[in-house]
Amino acid sequence: MIRRCSLARRLKSGAKALSVVGVAALLAGCNAVVLAPAGDVAAQQRDLLVISVVLMLLVIVPVMVLIVLFAWRYRESNEDATYAPDWDHSTKIELVIWSVPLLIIICLGAVTWLGTHVLDPYRPIERLEHARPVDPAVKPIEVDVVALDWKWLFIYPEYGIATVNEMAAPVDRPIQFKITASSVMNSFYIPALAGQIYAMPGMETMLHAVINRPGVYDGFSANYSGAGFSGMRFKFHGLDHAGFEQWVATAKASGRTLDRAAYTALARPSENVPVMRFATVEHGLYSAALNMCVTPGTPCMADTMMKDAHTAGQSMAQAMDMPHGAADSAHRPPAPSLSQPITGAGLIAPAERAREGDRQTL
Amino acid sequence: MSLPLPVADSPILGRLSLAALPLHEPILVVTFIGVAIGGIAVLGLITWYRWWGILWRDWITSVDHKKIGIMYMVLGIIMLLRGFSDALMMRAQQAVAFGSNQGYLPPEHYDQIFTAHGVIMIFFVAMPLVTGLMNYIVPLQIGARDVAFPFLNNFSFWMTTSGAVLTMISLFVGVYARTGWLAYPPLSGLEFSPDVGVDYYIWGLQIAGVGTLLSGINLIATIVKLRAPGMTMMKMPVFTWTALCTNVLIVAVFPVLTATLVLLSLDRYLDFHFFTNNLGGNPMMYVNLIWIWGHPEVYILILPLFGVYSEVVPTFTGKRLFGYSSMVYATVVITILSYLVWLHHFFTMGSGASVNSFFGITTMIISIPTGAKIFNWLFTMYRGRIRFELPMMWTIAFMLTFVIGGMTGVMLAVPPADFVLHNSLFLIAHFHNVIIGGVLFGLFAAINYWWPKATGFRLETKWGKRSFWLWVSGFWCAFAPLYVLGLMGVTRRLRHFDDMSLQVYFVIAAFGALLIAGGILCFLIQIGVSVLHRDELRDTTGDPWGGRALEWSTSSPPPEYNFAFTPVIHDHDAWWDMKTRGSERPTEGFRAIHMPSNTGAGFILAGISLVLGFAMVWHIWWLAALSFAGLIVTAIAHTFNYRRDHHIPVDEVVRTEAARTAQLAAQG
Repeated sequence: MIRRCSLARRLKSGAKALSVVGVAALLAGCNAVVLAPAGDVAAQQRDLLVISVVLMLLVIVPVMVLIVLFAWRYRESNEDATYAPDWDHSTKIELVIWSVPLLIIICLGAVTWLGTHVLDPYRPIERLEHARPVDPAVKPIEVDVVALDWKWLFIYPEYGIATVNEMAAPVDRPIQFKITASSVMNSFYIPALAGQIYAMPGMETMLHAVINRPGVYDGFSANYSGAGFSGMRFKFHGLDHAGFEQWVATAKASGRTLDRAAYTALARPSENVPVMRFATVEHGLYSAALNMCVTPGTPCMADTMMKDAHTAGQSMAQAMDMPHGAADSAHRPPAPSLSQPITGAGLIAPAERAREGDRQTL
Repeated sequence: MSLPLPVADSPILGRLSLAALPLHEPILVVTFIGVAIGGIAVLGLITWYRWWGILWRDWITSVDHKKIGIMYMVLGIIMLLRGFSDALMMRAQQAVAFGSNQGYLPPEHYDQIFTAHGVIMIFFVAMPLVTGLMNYIVPLQIGARDVAFPFLNNFSFWMTTSGAVLTMISLFVGVYARTGWLAYPPLSGLEFSPDVGVDYYIWGLQIAGVGTLLSGINLIATIVKLRAPGMTMMKMPVFTWTALCTNVLIVAVFPVLTATLVLLSLDRYLDFHFFTNNLGGNPMMYVNLIWIWGHPEVYILILPLFGVYSEVVPTFTGKRLFGYSSMVYATVVITILSYLVWLHHFFTMGSGASVNSFFGITTMIISIPTGAKIFNWLFTMYRGRIRFELPMMWTIAFMLTFVIGGMTGVMLAVPPADFVLHNSLFLIAHFHNVIIGGVLFGLFAAINYWWPKATGFRLETKWGKRSFWLWVSGFWCAFAPLYVLGLMGVTRRLRHFDDMSLQVYFVIAAFGALLIAGGILCFLIQIGVSVLHRDELRDTTGDPWGGRALEWSTSSPPPEYNFAFTPVIHDHDAWWDMKTRGSERPTEGFRAIHMPSNTGAGFILAGISLVLGFAMVWHIWWLAALSFAGLIVTAIAHTFNYRRDHHIPVDEVVRTEAARTAQLAAQG
């Protein structure tokens, strides 16, 4: 499958064009999805990649040229070249060789700081594409992702459906992924859409993205997770509004229910699993999966942690010879509840993180 | 969660049974037969030539840093063959496993291979080769007669070897880990890896880790305490500087690895829950801890080779090293910064934007001193007289290759860019670019450069050049396609592919691996041919290249005591300085020389450690207890060995030095 790497039209500056021509020549005829993605987040990530290459080539190209030049010019057989066996210091040269890389790294560091904050996967996206801000009235579509051994489960709380090893999203509507895993670490990655993020058991990570062009794209786990890892792949469909409604309807038509029993069966290790669709999903299933308490009778992690926190507070109160109630109410924030799942990977809860993002835009 | 199946373990053999032998795996059976035949042949030869005594007295029990250095190098090269076989098998699998073809390796085998490849190449190839080099060269460069703790040195070597042997045993008895080379939990936890694979991983690394840590302490003490008079810190050769920094890194971070693996062992053996999914465990803690060791580890590998290049370039350009001080400061800065970048290995684990940016930017900052080093070598070449001998060829290839690896490294340091390249084949290409292009090319430069010092004859150049060209072209052929595949969104550790359009890239990469195989073969032939023609290649001067540091002032190979008189140092190019000032080699006034005595204690302790490791892997508790007690008893018994040193009689010193005088006189 050969597709031209259509990069040129996305270019903004001459310098960028130059480097991309070089890279494109290298990749002529290939399907370099990382360099030609279909989603705005991935495209911005690609831009950073290109900017960093251009900045570094400013110093790397001259260095490589000089290595070859000096190696040739000062070869032993060339008697014409100057020979200065004791010359070993030049303050001017030292200044240049430390300051030029320093300047480049200052530029790159600034770009990195800005880019990392703008493209923080926890931060809701603010634009669909360049010069196309997100309409604040549009609510993002939420997709709850569970990495299972060895397949992907996608739950759409807004539509009440779920699918396995296939997902879809309407073009130009922001997507909010909430991601967890049932057993071991995986990494949720759709290169055409946005960068990856780890899927980890008992923890939730988040990703915000948008797909700009309709099409069928590859998704997979980018973190080795055991024997069935190679087959842990799915197709991501970027669909127009009608197409997406139809896709939802297909799932609805399947008539199957994803309840706790079905989830438990699904979570057992299996490889190269074909696409599955569920018309309804038991209420609270994702939260139970996240808290590792789908099996009835298993304590939910959020509850356990709340209990532990409570016990710790109690013993601390005793140790400090304080009345229990005072320690509890005066010194501790309200305990989290199941409706606000723990976010292990993020040091800050998603809600607070969103607020932090707002602060940074100000 | 309770430990599974404790009742199934036999009290005598623990988990070990005939089922542990991979008799159903034809690849392993054939390999075993090959290894067995080779092993018997080697043992037969040793017996035939009656080498057992020599082997025990002069090598196994030796505390001479030079012999230990050589043994490290031999270990590294043997393990390179194993690690590279793994690489060839992976390349072959990925070149054919497309569409309906599942390739020839099932997951349980393939997943062991990529794990073993990573572990072996880092711990049992790169580490022994680097440690061996430092062991051999550092005492000679600083004018010392041995390292600070010679017995410890012997013990360290054998512990490293025990770790390697335990890892190799897993090939034929049981299985190795199927977790990737860093064994992230929960996958490496008992729940998802119940077999012995991860236990082999843990104990192999723990035993070898003891050796690495002790050797680090030893070399720091050596460099700090045993420098010849006049050699101030800023007069140390750059290789010694880089060795010092590397060993500081080893001492600072290897305990972290040990502790991390202890925590993982507690999870696996005693039902603790540091890294499990339940009962308060958190796998992210492991990922942090392992990389707090893991990132400095890559600088442990590369820094000594930066030192090698800093020795090679001035020698073969016939010129003082440009910017000695800035080279030293760059090394120190890299050492410090290497502690501050570990999180860049998991930007995608969900840290906040500020945390990710911090670690991204610290990573980029490392490229400044590294760049300064490249510039310093470049300006050492400027206005030099460059002789393109093999060490210099490897150095030029390194400079051209490494800058590309550095560039792709900084690309990966930009967190948003890492989100699209993390764990991809682009990453694989990047770190092979810096490890092969930096560490391995440097090792080949070093082997070609110091071989005459260690053996008394040069390596011949015809096969050396063949090896060079095959390695360099093979490297690019094998890893350029991986860069491209990474940009096509192909991730690492895949055993099978659906997209047929990718196949051509994997076939090219496999061809590159074959070229590298040719490079390794030519390197072995180069050694063989050189040994056969050693009389023509003989170096009688002790200084075949016009060297600059102190090791070139002694004979090749150096006498057991290295220097009859401790030299006095006036310049960081000590030997060059002595040559230009016309200093005379002393020919009389010798005295008896105080030297450490050989001991078998290190070998025995390491052997018992190997048994202990094996017993722990297989849950053979009585044997573990017995060997642990044996370890303690042997160590205490060794403290009662009072025959730890001896004097080389003055007659022998006079004889050795007179022979050297005659040798130097004979060549005029």
